[in-house]
Amino acid sequence: MNNNVLIGYKQRDNFVDRLTGTTKLIGLIALSVIGMVSFDTRFLLVLTICSLALFRLSGIKFREVSFILSFITAFSVLNLIAVYVFGPQYGVHLYGTEHVIWQGVGPYNLTWEQLFYEFNLFLKYIFTVPLALVFLMTTNPSEFSSSLNRIGISYRISYAVSLALRYIPDVQNDYRQISKAQQARGNEISRKGKLTHRVKAAAQILLPLIFTSLDRIETISQAMELRRFGKLKKRSWYAEKPMKRNDFLALLVIALVVLVGIYLFRVNAGRFYDPFR
Amino acid sequence: MNKKQGISVRTVVAIGIGTAIFFVLMRYIPIPTGVPDTNINLAYGFLALMGAIFGPIAGGLIAFLGHMFNDLTWGEPWWTWIVADGIYGILFGLTRKYLNIENGDLTKRKLVLFNVYQVLIAILVWGIIAPTGDVLVYSEPASKVYLQGITSVICNALSVGILGTILLVAYARTRSKKGGLKKES
Amino acid sequence: MKKPIISFQDVSFQYQSQSEPTLQHLSFDIFPGEKVLIAGASGSGKTTISRLMNGLIPSAYPGKLSGKILINGKSVTDQTIFDLSLRVGTVLQDPDTQFVGLTVAEDIAFALENDGAKQSVLKQKASEWAKRLKIPAILNNHPQEISGGQKQRVSMAGVLVDEGKILLFDEPLASLDPVAGRESIELIDDMQKNGETTTVIIEHRIEDVLYRPVDRLILIDQGRLVANETPDKILKSGILAKLGLREPLYLSALKYAGVDLNQVSNVDSVDKVNLSAQTTQALQQWVKPVSARKQKNDATPILQAKNISFSYDSKQVLNKLNLSLNGGEMVSLVGRNGVGKTTLSNIITGFLRQSAGDLILNGHKINEASIKERADHIGYVLQDPNMMISKNVVSEEVALGLTLRGIAPDEIEKRVNETLKVCGLFEYRHWPISALSFGQKKRVTIAAILVLNPELLILDEPTAGQDWQHYTEMMTFIQNLNRKIGISVIFITHDMHLMMEYTDRVVVLNNGVIAYDDQPMKLFANLDLLKQASLVETSLFTLAQRIDVDPEALIASFINQEKVVQANE
Repeated sequence: MNNNVLIGYKQRDNFVDRLTGTTKLIGLIALSVIGMVSFDTRFLLVLTICSLALFRLSGIKFREVSFILSFITAFSVLNLIAVYVFGPQYGVHLYGTEHVIWQGVGPYNLTWEQLFYEFNLFLKYIFTVPLALVFLMTTNPSEFSSSLNRIGISYRISYAVSLALRYIPDVQNDYRQISKAQQARGNEISRKGKLTHRVKAAAQILLPLIFTSLDRIETISQAMELRRFGKLKKRSWYAEKPMKRNDFLALLVIALVVLVGIYLFRVNAGRFYDPFR
Repeated sequence: MNKKQGISVRTVVAIGIGTAIFFVLMRYIPIPTGVPDTNINLAYGFLALMGAIFGPIAGGLIAFLGHMFNDLTWGEPWWTWIVADGIYGILFGLTRKYLNIENGDLTKRKLVLFNVYQVLIAILVWGIIAPTGDVLVYSEPASKVYLQGITSVICNALSVGILGTILLVAYARTRSKKGGLKKES
Repeated sequence: MKKPIISFQDVSFQYQSQSEPTLQHLSFDIFPGEKVLIAGASGSGKTTISRLMNGLIPSAYPGKLSGKILINGKSVTDQTIFDLSLRVGTVLQDPDTQFVGLTVAEDIAFALENDGAKQSVLKQKASEWAKRLKIPAILNNHPQEISGGQKQRVSMAGVLVDEGKILLFDEPLASLDPVAGRESIELIDDMQKNGETTTVIIEHRIEDVLYRPVDRLILIDQGRLVANETPDKILKSGILAKLGLREPLYLSALKYAGVDLNQVSNVDSVDKVNLSAQTTQALQQWVKPVSARKQKNDATPILQAKNISFSYDSKQVLNKLNLSLNGGEMVSLVGRNGVGKTTLSNIITGFLRQSAGDLILNGHKINEASIKERADHIGYVLQDPNMMISKNVVSEEVALGLTLRGIAPDEIEKRVNETLKVCGLFEYRHWPISALSFGQKKRVTIAAILVLNPELLILDEPTAGQDWQHYTEMMTFIQNLNRKIGISVIFITHDMHLMMEYTDRVVVLNNGVIAYDDQPMKLFANLDLLKQASLVETSLFTLAQRIDVDPEALIASFINQEKVVQANE
């Protein structure tokens, strides 16, 4: 368990790095939502290429993320196979035409429609990956909560996010110590044994972690009240970054992309781009 | 005292620490079921406890944020399931008044009803809301996503039924009155 | 006459959840610019006093308050916790819970952020206070990257930014090693001298706080005020020991030598205490020359570490380390925080794997043995008992390891009962663990390990956070285990007195190797090594130097006498 999986941030000093967290947060949410809804292949392709380009620009090294990439690839391939197994005719159903490439057994043939539909899915699975990684690895965690606050989320909830980031490494460390100490007594999360037994064993391991954390909630909230957290309706942020010209430019581009996505719904008379008609 | 503005500081901290633990449980400590790619997610047993102690806002945000962070570290924010998780957390938070666990009076009857409730909300959230979201938004074949949904219903209800129940009982015990203890020889 | 800045007038307080009042009819005043130490054994109610000053009562702990508490002439009941925080800055015991920011700078600025101060002010104040507390280099570091002492400085900076008039420290020494503790006491003293702050320290380690002078000492026992005087007067009265608090060691030595403290001036500092010719002579006569220590020669080593190396994040933590432990030995493992003591014990228990080298247990290599297999021979007890306890009832917790090893129920019951008796927990066997005190919980965790019949026990800071009475109970208990069942014990500790009084051998870890491995007494002559290990000499050592006797002899005489005193109690 590497402490830096989530907080893989380091200063990289380039254009993406210098954007505010607010811009990157809005970009991530807006683009991933429009890409989630849209089934216009051309649009998804452009999105994918752009997000890969952004990844290049951000200066993140391939080896920093190679583990995640291989996992995502496996996940996507499995999902695509599952989609075919459960809905081999789903593409035909969606597009209303059938161009058979290879005639198989029963419903299990291969059609251009199915291939095309799954290609769309594939793009949807992967285009967020560079975006999310860029977001995680170029946004200073300190700045993240001020960004949430700026887009209108209450400062209390924004600070809760900051606390989560602050205590994840501590929770990981505690878990490691606690689970090893339990292993010494003969208690471990293993692959063997009955499922219910395994969950019960896990409960024994988690109990100390959870109960020390509940105590911690009390003392941390006291410590925060002793320094006036929650006194005013607003709070300021040490790590807040001012919005600059590039931020507004980036937001403009993001808005344009989203608008194009929405415009394509009208052009296609629906979410799907259909090359078969 | 000041008039309370928004949620209490204690709830803020509960969301923060709760999210951290939810994330660690979800990301690093899955219990394999033996069926490929299907794990028992211990985070949900924990979520049941947090909902019962801190209420719907904390429950909802812990699940939403914890799931979101987990997905982001895989590069794949799967919004339909993230939102479904938030709803699941809110629904757990609604048990707070009934269970009244902070005063330690957790009866057998309450536990049984809690477990009935948790199975129902698992069916609602993972059997209906999440997969329907996938059909509508991602346009995936219904049979695939509902099968995934049913698997999740079973796994999550198991996690809550075993781990959640153990945690609730253990927590209630720490809150009960300590009177009447005698040394025995 | 000056007006008091803090005034308690006939204050009683009872927590909502408790059937007895915690504080009873407490009255005292603290004046502007004073430095006051409030001391008492655990459970005396001293923490409750701090909660009354900073407003945590009633905001976090409701209860019944009677009497009057004035801060700056205003009643606390008319002020919110937020109002009070501007006047009373609190540094809590555990720096990890007080440090809520993601970086040092953010945490220093936290209170000002909550006041909505401008960012330019936040940055300027954070860097100003970082400089004043001598931590400017770590402004952008995460809490995981800095030491306990540094975290405490951050906590101090985080309340000093308010420039309030009162600084309140709740057990500032509890989580620090001795050197960091001294530095902290020095820093508190400097802040006090430079500013116009009033300082209130809540602690039970009186000698360590008195390393720098305090104006007044307030003693609390069972919720009542028992003394409110200058340290000099209280120390002379000899009341500390009766309250379960440790008297400064050098004063106990003077008393053992038959010196009447009332005839001695400046008793509150070992460097300044007035040692007349007569006193010196009494001490010199009291000190018996050391008889050669009888070495237990159980020459068969039970555990050997050979050429152990380990690195983490490309940092070499252990570098070809060698260590051998004999059966029945009590050994202290010391070194500054982060030097690898925990790493070494984690390698021994199998929690971590060494990158090179061998571990040999009773003549057999155990490099490949699992954590569980090793646990049958080597027991490891974490510092915080709450991190180990996973059952509700005492006997179940102790039985857990046996149950999981599939041992027959009647055998389990027999072994559990035996262990509970050895640990003095038998009467509590049906109690919920949550009803036990911290020290009792710690004992439960030791019992839960002992029940597996290990030959070697590794205890991580077994006495941390405990007052003298509980400390003595815990150490006597472990010493008895060692004598009765011959178990070997490794203590990971910073406590010099523990090393001297209870262990025959000290192993100092530094730069990835064993820097010293010999009797505790000889370590004290090596000031360089002491500093490397983040240890400080005890006041007995200083006293011996002042009267020009062999420190080893003085310490040995002291320990012997202490044992006699304990036996008579």
